[in-house]
Amino acid sequence: MSAPTAPRPADDHGPGRGPVGQLLRGVGAYLLVALALGFFALPMLWLAAAPFDRHPGVTASLPEFTLDSFRRLWHNPNAVDSLASSLVLAVGSAVLVVGLSALAAYALSRVRLRGRDGLLYALLLLSSIVTGTAAMVPIFLLAAELNLVDSYLGVILVLTGGLLPAAIFILKDFMDTTPRSYEESARVFGASPLRVMKDVVVPVVRPGLATVGVWTVAQVWGNFLIPFLLLRSPDKSPAAVVMYTFYTEGGQPDLALISTFSLLYSLPVVLMFLFVSRRYGFRFHGGIKA
Amino acid sequence: MADITLNWLAKVYPGGVRALGGVDLTVRDGEFFALLGPSGCGKSTLLRTIAGLEAATGGSVHIGGRDVTALPPGDRGIAMVFQDYALFPHMTVTENIAYPLKIKKVGRAERTAKARETAEELGLGHLGERRPGQLSGGQQQRAALARAMACHPGVFLLDEPLSNLDARMRLEARTFLKKLQRELGVTTVFVTHDQAEALALADRVAVMEGGELRQVGTPTEVFRRPAGTFVASFIGSTPMNLLEARVTDGGRAVLVAGRELPVPEHAASLVAEGEKLVYGIRPEYLRWSDEAVGAALEGTVSVVENLGSAQLVTLECADGTTSVQVVVPEDHEPAVGTRGWAVPRGERALLYRDGSLVTAAPAPAAQVPA
Ligand SMILES: Nc1ncnc2c1ncn2[C@@H]1O[C@H](COP(=O)(O)OP(=O)(O)OP(=O)(O)O)[C@@H](O)[C@H]1O
Ligand SMILES: [Mg+2]
Repeated sequence: MSAPTAPRPADDHGPGRGPVGQLLRGVGAYLLVALALGFFALPMLWLAAAPFDRHPGVTASLPEFTLDSFRRLWHNPNAVDSLASSLVLAVGSAVLVVGLSALAAYALSRVRLRGRDGLLYALLLLSSIVTGTAAMVPIFLLAAELNLVDSYLGVILVLTGGLLPAAIFILKDFMDTTPRSYEESARVFGASPLRVMKDVVVPVVRPGLATVGVWTVAQVWGNFLIPFLLLRSPDKSPAAVVMYTFYTEGGQPDLALISTFSLLYSLPVVLMFLFVSRRYGFRFHGGIKA
Repeated sequence: MADITLNWLAKVYPGGVRALGGVDLTVRDGEFFALLGPSGCGKSTLLRTIAGLEAATGGSVHIGGRDVTALPPGDRGIAMVFQDYALFPHMTVTENIAYPLKIKKVGRAERTAKARETAEELGLGHLGERRPGQLSGGQQQRAALARAMACHPGVFLLDEPLSNLDARMRLEARTFLKKLQRELGVTTVFVTHDQAEALALADRVAVMEGGELRQVGTPTEVFRRPAGTFVASFIGSTPMNLLEARVTDGGRAVLVAGRELPVPEHAASLVAEGEKLVYGIRPEYLRWSDEAVGAALEGTVSVVENLGSAQLVTLECADGTTSVQVVVPEDHEPAVGTRGWAVPRGERALLYRDGSLVTAAPAPAAQVPA
């Protein structure tokens, strides 16, 4: 990260551009950067400090150390369960999204199809509606008809449907950059199409699959609307929904619980990201940055 | 081992590109066969249709006497090496070589041993644990060959196997490939757009243009007796001189750029007085002379190009429109602007009528001059 107003070279002889002026400009630039960084860092600091604070407020301060909040959270009936249901939803959707989008992207990349790009863009456009607020009522009605209300499967299917187009879009880009000669070579040796997919295509686009998997988990982990809508029993609610219940009867946020839970809530995603990025390294092709 | 027979093989791509217009060809068992032609003439298409990667839209392919036209590539008993080698980037060299055996359900220990052995034969023994990305171009090419060899195919199909190598490596790989093919005795079809490569490697060459075979023959045949003006101008490191000619002297001579030259023996009595033909003579088959000679082309030296061990001299003939190229040995260097005479070796001159060779004699059998 570099400051946009970096100190100019010394041969610039304008008024007020002497050594002092230069120094002031340098200080100003760094101050600006520090302010910007502080703006983004403060919430993180709060998240790291507040759970261990006996009297957390809305300001970040050195905590009066305690693990009380964690103890309270442990005894909350929904908190721990909710992380488990978040996990079920995230992993379930990730498996479906990665599997289906890989197959679809491979087919779309390899088979010549009239209006293929149009189809992809249309899907991409519509997908933001499917999981959006606009389709709330129809989705609920559809789920009710299919007996999918209050089941994980219902949530997973709706989320998968919403995420698939973008996932296909990202993966197709990876598939397009994989030379066909790899597959043709395997075919000449007698490999069946599924075998080619398993032995050649999947390993070659593995970074793409990892990207889509991580992205799906992050999306599902943070989704509030769909599980809130479709899951009726409190013990099935995922973390994003349970977070919403940590308010006192008067509507006041219970800062101690919320901050502690937020920390636990964000850790898995951060860990997953670190693991995957170390393992596969993220590569992006063709201007698509997820 | 297997021979390949193509009957009236045609390929029209969706969208209407006619890439192969009815190819009839037999590649003999154990033969090293080259498909040669300019870019876009359909060489790769022909090879890929033999492999089964493209479906023929007409005709049939027989390999080893078996009709394979409708079979998938894996059931044809072939192995293919691609121009980019197509080594799987996520597998080591040994795993790559063992992959065809894995498909054929050979056990892990056995296929690894076999892959190591093949790698050893091709001088890749110490590179087994590397990934393709960590190999040089030449090593990648050998790894691709090893992978093709490992499954003991009846036929090798190679699509421009040498074109990704630099000039020096290419010569080395060429010799290596020829030796390997001799030792294995596997029927091999390879595609190239480099005529020198085709002449150097192949037992027989097919020259293609626009999806059709223009000539099939030994390197000597296509070099000495190109069946048409297209082949004549395509084969040879210096293009053949193709000059306008008219038959005179009762069919015994042709008039080229105002000079009378004898009609070559193999075409004698096949030409008629006054007929307009094309007179073809390779620069290598013209002898340079500083003094006036009877049956020779005469002109002024306009360009001298150094070929290393010889010069390629361009003569502008007296009629002002014809120019002739002559290969002059190194001990003599004509200066630009001087007059010179180019004497054709009579038996090497060729006459073309409407683009095809006028001849009665059978094709020669000897080796190509170096
Ligand atoms: N998949 C395809 N769809 C449509 N036309 C194609 C396809 N592949 C090749 N062609 C066309 O078929 C003709 C022959 O192509 P081919 O690749 O066989 O040429 P080539 O002789 O191998 O050329 P090069 O030396 O450049 O590789 C060309 O006109 C090409 O444009
Ligand atoms: Mg080609």
